[in-house]
Amino acid sequence: MIAIDRIFLHERTGAAALNSMASANRAVVDPTRVFAVMDHIVDTRPGRGDETMMPGGDTFITETRAACHAAGITLFDVNDPDQGITHVISPELGIVLPGCTFVAPDSHTCTQGAFGALAWGIGSSEAEHAMATGTLRVAKPKTMRVTFSGKLTARVTAKDMILHLLADHGAGGGKGYVVEFAGEAITALDMEARMTLCNMATELAAFSGIIAPDAATLDYLKGRRYVPDPLPDWGDLRSDDGALFDCEINIDASAIEPMVSWGTSPSHSISLLGTVPDNADVKALAYMGLTTGQRLADLAIDVAFIGSCTNSRISDLRRAATLVKSKKVAEGVLALVIPGSSSVKRAAEAEGLDKIFTDAGFEWRESGCSLCFFAGGESFPPGSRVISSTNRNFEGRQGPGIRTHIASPEVVAASAIAGKITVP
Amino acid sequence: MKPFTTLTSIVAPLPRDNVDTDAIIPSCEMTSTSKTGLAVGLFAPWRYINSAARTPNPNFVLNQPEYHGAQILASGANFGCGSSREHAVWALAEYGISCVIAESFAPIFYNNCIRNGIAPIALPRTVIGTLAGGAATVDLAAQTVNGHAFDIEAEAKMMLLEGLDAIDLTLKHRDATAAWQARDRAARPWIYLEKHP
Repeated sequence: MIAIDRIFLHERTGAAALNSMASANRAVVDPTRVFAVMDHIVDTRPGRGDETMMPGGDTFITETRAACHAAGITLFDVNDPDQGITHVISPELGIVLPGCTFVAPDSHTCTQGAFGALAWGIGSSEAEHAMATGTLRVAKPKTMRVTFSGKLTARVTAKDMILHLLADHGAGGGKGYVVEFAGEAITALDMEARMTLCNMATELAAFSGIIAPDAATLDYLKGRRYVPDPLPDWGDLRSDDGALFDCEINIDASAIEPMVSWGTSPSHSISLLGTVPDNADVKALAYMGLTTGQRLADLAIDVAFIGSCTNSRISDLRRAATLVKSKKVAEGVLALVIPGSSSVKRAAEAEGLDKIFTDAGFEWRESGCSLCFFAGGESFPPGSRVISSTNRNFEGRQGPGIRTHIASPEVVAASAIAGKITVP
Repeated sequence: MKPFTTLTSIVAPLPRDNVDTDAIIPSCEMTSTSKTGLAVGLFAPWRYINSAARTPNPNFVLNQPEYHGAQILASGANFGCGSSREHAVWALAEYGISCVIAESFAPIFYNNCIRNGIAPIALPRTVIGTLAGGAATVDLAAQTVNGHAFDIEAEAKMMLLEGLDAIDLTLKHRDATAAWQARDRAARPWIYLEKHP
């Protein structure tokens, strides 16, 4: 059994877990350490309320709200100034801390391992268990260290690092491991880039991803709402010198190129300068309408989407904005930016980034998970080919028949302008 | 929870790697906050030619007459990857699948199976190839499928065999947990929060 320090719910699964607990007459053991937000189903159109484009979505929102109030859980509601995607707002508010255990019924909870927390995604039953007992029953995970040595070249981002790792080691390449990301190229990343990297540890089937906290971590956290002042003495939270891992992988960061996915698994990724591999999965190729040996660069796109818990933070938006400033989205391309949190949205507007995007022809929306997945409401035109800063390119993930190519926000921005998949 | 001891069933083959939970049940099929009413959405993108009209796709394994009533599903590596949605397991269980045999499982899906009395059994691809399409007998206590041995973590095995509710099991240690927490509050005061206004 392991003590659970922080639990985070969202409206997709929050009401189901809390209602189930209530019907079993089980109470939340410490509601002060449980948080909830409306991010999964909530609309991202301006002027939103509880009504959603997803049929019946308002029920998820109203039931989650009622269940959180009944249980005494802190909720960041639809139009709360702190509303946003779980894995964006939790760090923003300092809810995740180094050395804590953090769980949420959401597979991308591993994002928050970027702070040196043991943070992992669980199911609804496990969420009930964590809330009712303050603990989880966990088989000790195996350990893996992925060391990125050397320096990234220009135009290469944390998103490219994780897609490179996925392409090399597969969607089961980290199965059941806690994966520590280490090395010169990791410590050189800012906190938002570290979150992007850890976010996709789950796409390796890892238990979680984690990065040793350092000065950058403490600088980021200092002064945030739920962070103690002064900062606690967390000691030296890092792997011992000479520590033995169950598995070690070494990657030369300088050899990583801008990446893009070609298929229906995040591991189906290649260099933007490369071609679809000869041994490519036939079903994936058929779904994506591609052939082996085909280049992805210059492939025409219908939609460009910047958002999701992977790449929607202020630094992502700043980098994307520099590529669209004073330019126009290609004719016929639908382009959208969904800021990762209401706070990111306000910060971007204060810097004028919203104006840069809207002048170029992007839609500028409210915060939420939005079009990262299709919940039954909003989607893209049938058959659309989408370049997306998100984390999953599964069949139908963004809507029936939608063909998703995942890449960095830079690649999405440059491709929106060019109307085709483009090296930024 | 219903105990899982032995099971004999035809094995429905779904020979793909990385079957994700979006494929097992797409987000758009999760239309209520309930844990039930999900079987109709199971594998909707593959099972129906037209999901909205529920027109069956005759090529999909579970629509083929020989696999009607199959309680065992056989698949490839990394089964259940992607979203943590427990709805994938609830949908499988409600449809009547009690056991998934795969080369490997994504960790969140695996735990969700254990919490819902579905046996996730990992076997080599070659063995799965010999089982798929035929009848198989799973004996969890003996850890065999048609005589082929499989590994399963001891606690997961016990939870399945006895149909235990994990929360009830853990709450038996309530006093020990509370005592631990009292010590932890002194050791790690920064973890504990007051109700925020």
